[in-house]
Amino acid sequence: MRPFTYTSAKNKEQALQAFTATSHYLGGGTNLMDLMKENVERPDQLIDVTNLDYKKITSNENGGLTLGGMLSNSETANNKEVRTNYPLLSMAMLSAATAQIRNMASNGGNLLQRTRCPYFFEVSMPCNKREPGSGCGALNGMNALHAIFGYSDSCIATNPSDMCVALAAIGATVEVQKPDGTSRMIEFTDLHRLPGDQPEKDTTLMPGELITAIHLPKPEFSDHYYYLKIRERSSYAFALLSVAAGLQVESGVINKVGLAMGGVAHIPWKLTKAEEFLVGKKPNQSNFEAAAALEMKDAKPFEANKWKVDMGKNAIVRALTQAYERKV
Amino acid sequence: MKDIDKWNEAVDPDNLSDDENMILDAMGLNGSSRRKFLKQVSAASLSIYASSFFTSELFASTMKDLPEKTTALLNEVKVNLRVNDMVKPLTLDSRTSLLDALRERLGLTGTKKGCDHGQCGACTVIIEGKRNLSCLTLAATCEGKEITTVEGLAKNGEMHPMQQAFLKHDGFQCGYCTPGQICSSVALLEEAKNGEASYVTEDLKKIQSGLTLSEEEIRERMSGNICRCGAYNNIVQAFKEVHTGNDEMPTWEFATQEQMDKAKNA
Ligand SMILES: Cc1cc2nc3c(=O)[nH]c(=O)nc-3n(C[C@H](O)[C@H](O)[C@H](O)COP(=O)(O)OP(=O)(O)OC[C@H]3O[C@@H](n4cnc5c(N)ncnc54)[C@H](O)[C@@H]3O)c2cc1C
Ligand code: SF4
Ligand code: FES
Ligand code: FES
Repeated sequence: MRPFTYTSAKNKEQALQAFTATSHYLGGGTNLMDLMKENVERPDQLIDVTNLDYKKITSNENGGLTLGGMLSNSETANNKEVRTNYPLLSMAMLSAATAQIRNMASNGGNLLQRTRCPYFFEVSMPCNKREPGSGCGALNGMNALHAIFGYSDSCIATNPSDMCVALAAIGATVEVQKPDGTSRMIEFTDLHRLPGDQPEKDTTLMPGELITAIHLPKPEFSDHYYYLKIRERSSYAFALLSVAAGLQVESGVINKVGLAMGGVAHIPWKLTKAEEFLVGKKPNQSNFEAAAALEMKDAKPFEANKWKVDMGKNAIVRALTQAYERKV
Repeated sequence: MKDIDKWNEAVDPDNLSDDENMILDAMGLNGSSRRKFLKQVSAASLSIYASSFFTSELFASTMKDLPEKTTALLNEVKVNLRVNDMVKPLTLDSRTSLLDALRERLGLTGTKKGCDHGQCGACTVIIEGKRNLSCLTLAATCEGKEITTVEGLAKNGEMHPMQQAFLKHDGFQCGYCTPGQICSSVALLEEAKNGEASYVTEDLKKIQSGLTLSEEEIRERMSGNICRCGAYNNIVQAFKEVHTGNDEMPTWEFATQEQMDKAKNA
C-alpha cells in the first residue's frame, strides 16, 4: 500500500476543505482499503467521513424516507421504517456481502464502490479503468462474468452493488455536497455512467463531491417485492446477475412497476421497457415472459457470457412472479 | 486394549481427576448431561479444552507492551486503542490495519489473518458491539472505540458460553477460523435479540425482537466466516446451544465397533 496521510473530518466543511485531487473520502473502507492493498487505488490522503453527522433516517417531503449517507448498510437495511416501507431495498441490501461487511459499509460508499472486474484488481494486466489507455484485458480475455448491455470496447465490467439495483427499481435522488459548500441533487439513474471512452469514471460525480443523503420517493412496492440474486454459492458472493422487482397491483391489474437488473452492465440496469409494458397488464406468466423478452432482445453477449441472456430472462420472470405471489 | 476401550476408560465419568471435574463444572455440565457429554466427546477435545481453560486468565492479559522500535514511521498517527477493557496509546504508520495493530503491536494474536481482503472472516472482531473485519479497518479510525477480540471474551477466568459451546461441539478442526467464528457468533446473539433480519428472513415487514433463528438463518448469518476445515455443522450446533439455551446434542458420535469393522472390510 502506498503511503497516505489520514484525516478524520469532524464536519462537512472540514471534509470538503481537506479534499485535494489525490484524496479519497473513506467510508467503511470495505472497497477502498481492498483496492489500496493491491495498489489499484493510490490516494495520498484519506479523509475519514464516517464521523460526520449524516447517520439518520428521516421522513422527507415526498412522503418517503431520507437515508443518511454515512449510515451503515446494516442499520439502513434493518431500520423499521425501511423494512416496512421499502422491503425491496432491505432485501437487496441484506443479500450483499456479509454481516461484518454490512456493518462497516456506508450508504455513500456502497453507491460509489467501483464498477470492476477481476482484471481491474490484477495490476500486471491491462485495464482501461485502472490505467486509461492500457487496453481492456477482458474484452478478448476471460469475460464470462461481464456485461451484456451498454458496454464499449474500452470496458465491459459490471457494477457489483445490490443496493443500487434496488434503488434503480425504486427510484431515488442522491444529495451531494459540492466543494464550494453548496449541494446538488442527482437522479439515481444519472449517478452511474456507461463506460464510453472514459471507463475510469464510474459516476457523474465531480472530484470532491460528498454523498450525504439518499432521498426515497413515497413507498410504492411494500407489498409485492422480490430481490432475486443468482450467485455461485448461496451466500457471501457477488451476483452473477440479479433482479429487483416491485409491483403495485390493484383489482388484478398492475399499475406500477419497478424493475432493475444487476450484473449485466456498467451501471445498475433499469428495465424501463419492461416496466412500461407491464403497466395496465395482468400480473401473469405470459406478460412477465413478454416483458423479459422485450428487455433481453437487446442483449449483446460475448461467447463466454451468453448464458446471461437466458438466465436473465428467467430471472426477470421469476423475480416478478415471486414479487406478485408474495403473501401480503 | 482397543482404542475405543482405552478411550472409554479415559473418560469414565466416575473416575475423573479434580482438574477434569473442574472443567466440566465450568462448562455447566452436571449429572446426566455430563454423562451424555462424556460419552460423546473425545478425550483429545477435553484436553484441548483443559489447556485453554487454564490459560483463559492469561488470554485476557496477553496484551503486551511491545517496545516501540525505532523505525521510521511514515505519516504517523496517534491512536488510543481501547481493546478488551484496556487502553493503549499507539503511534502507527497511517496504513496500519486494526488487525496488524492488534497482532503486531499489542501481541493479541488470537485474531487471525486469513485473506487480508475481507473475504474470509478470520479477522472478525467486535467494535462497539458490532462484528467487523479488522483487516479492512484502519487502526487510525478506531480512536476511543470499544474493541473486543477473542481474548476479551473470557471473564474472571471463565470462558464465554460460546467458547464453551465450541469446545463441547468440536466447532473446529485446525482452529484457524475459530476466533473469528466465535466473535461473529457472539455478535450474532445480539443481532438475533434485536430482531435483525437476513436475506433468508421470510417476511421483512414482520419485526420482532428476541428471534429464535432456524438453522437456515444461522447458516446465512454466519456465512461471513469461512471454515476451510468445514466444521460448519458443529459450529451451527454450538451457536444453537448458546442461542436457545437448550442442551444440543452434538451432531457427531463415535462409530460403533460394528461400524468400524464394516468400514475396515469395505
Ligand atoms: C468480500 C466482499 C464481498 C462483497 N460482496 C458484496 C455483495 O455481494 N454485494 C454488494 O453489493 N457489495 C458487496 N461488497 C461490496 C461492499 O458492499 C462495498 O465495498 C461497500 O458497500 C462500500 O462501502 P464503504 O463505506 O465500505 O466504502 P469505501 O470502501 O469506504 O468507499 C468506496 C468509495 O466511495 C468513496 N466514498 C465513500 N463514502 C463516500 C461519500 N459519503 N461521499 C463520496 N464518496 C465516498 C470512497 O472514496 C471510495 O472511492 C463486498 C465487499 C467485499 C470486501
Ligand atoms: S472490463 Fe473494464 S475493468 Fe475489466 S479489464 Fe476491461 S477496462 Fe478493466
Ligand atoms: S483476514 Fe479479514 S476477512 Fe480474511
Ligand atoms: S477449523 Fe480449520 S478453518 Fe475452520
